[in-house]
Amino acid sequence: MTFWLLAPLMVAAAVGILFVRKAVHAALLLAVVMISLAVLYLVLEAPFLFTVQIIVYTGAILMLFLFVVMLVGVDASDSVVETIKGQRIMATVAGLVLGLVLILALSQAAIGTAVGLSDANADGNIQGLANILFSKWVFAFEVTSALLITAALGAMVLAHRERITPREGQAELAARRMRDYAEKGAHLGPLPPPGVFARSNAVDTAALLPDGTAAESSVSRVIAARGTVRSAPADDVEQLEKQIGDPSQRQHASDPEEGR
Amino acid sequence: MTQYVVLSAILFTIGCVGVLTRRNAIVVFMCVELMLNASNLALVAFAKQHGNLDGQIAAFFVMVVAAAEVVVGLAIIMTIFRTRRSASVDDASLLKY
Repeated sequence: MTFWLLAPLMVAAAVGILFVRKAVHAALLLAVVMISLAVLYLVLEAPFLFTVQIIVYTGAILMLFLFVVMLVGVDASDSVVETIKGQRIMATVAGLVLGLVLILALSQAAIGTAVGLSDANADGNIQGLANILFSKWVFAFEVTSALLITAALGAMVLAHRERITPREGQAELAARRMRDYAEKGAHLGPLPPPGVFARSNAVDTAALLPDGTAAESSVSRVIAARGTVRSAPADDVEQLEKQIGDPSQRQHASDPEEGR
Repeated sequence: MTQYVVLSAILFTIGCVGVLTRRNAIVVFMCVELMLNASNLALVAFAKQHGNLDGQIAAFFVMVVAAAEVVVGLAIIMTIFRTRRSASVDDASLLKY
């Protein structure tokens, strides 16, 4: 029963990963698949793997993914341009063929009835796992420690950044600003703050210039790249005039968030 | 028992298509994780099928290797992003020439 509830959910979430545009959404859909998998492990009499799946996969690995999305994925949207012509269609067809072959082969094979783990789990699942992990699989277990330490070292080496040029201090920054002003005529003062001339004073609303256009430099580059910049509606003034002019709607006029 | 293995095959196929079609390196990585998870499901299902815990141990080792792989892979993505400000797998094609 649990399986038939979770399996469509998992397949839907997994298909969603193929189609969502933002990496964060893909990570959240992956979390759905992984937590459902954990529940299936419980159904399959693997309580230890249930715990590990939740702690290691949804806890650690997905958090790592989300951290990297925060650092990298802000303006890393998927491009729709194909570098190899027809690659998307060919990949989909190849995937469908692979899936068909796998499922046909499985339907041909007679798997038979399950033995069940009640004997193996008689002393408890964790005790049973520990028994064979530290006897039959002890060499693989030891090799794992070498793998983990290599991975940790590798990640540290890769993530470490050597500073090649000296750090730019405040004096150099001011000098560069003046140089830019002298050579390129760049604006010397600080950037305009967001939203002061618009109706909202939120940081994701661009300030309006005197001619009514949005000042793009007033919104943080990160927010702009994420595509969550809000703009003041074009017919803002007309709406407000209508609200104030109509006595039945006058109480709404005091609440500027109304009608959003 | 067959339905678990079929689900595992379906998830593996979806992960495979994702690796082939997506451009964002992070999403490609997530699809690799999906494939590893699908194989784990098959391993755990077969452990129950055969009535011993070797399949669960194998799934456990797959999880360990996946964790190590994610750490190194994401560090590589970070490094590539730092030098070329892009996380697209198409841009990192310098080794081709």
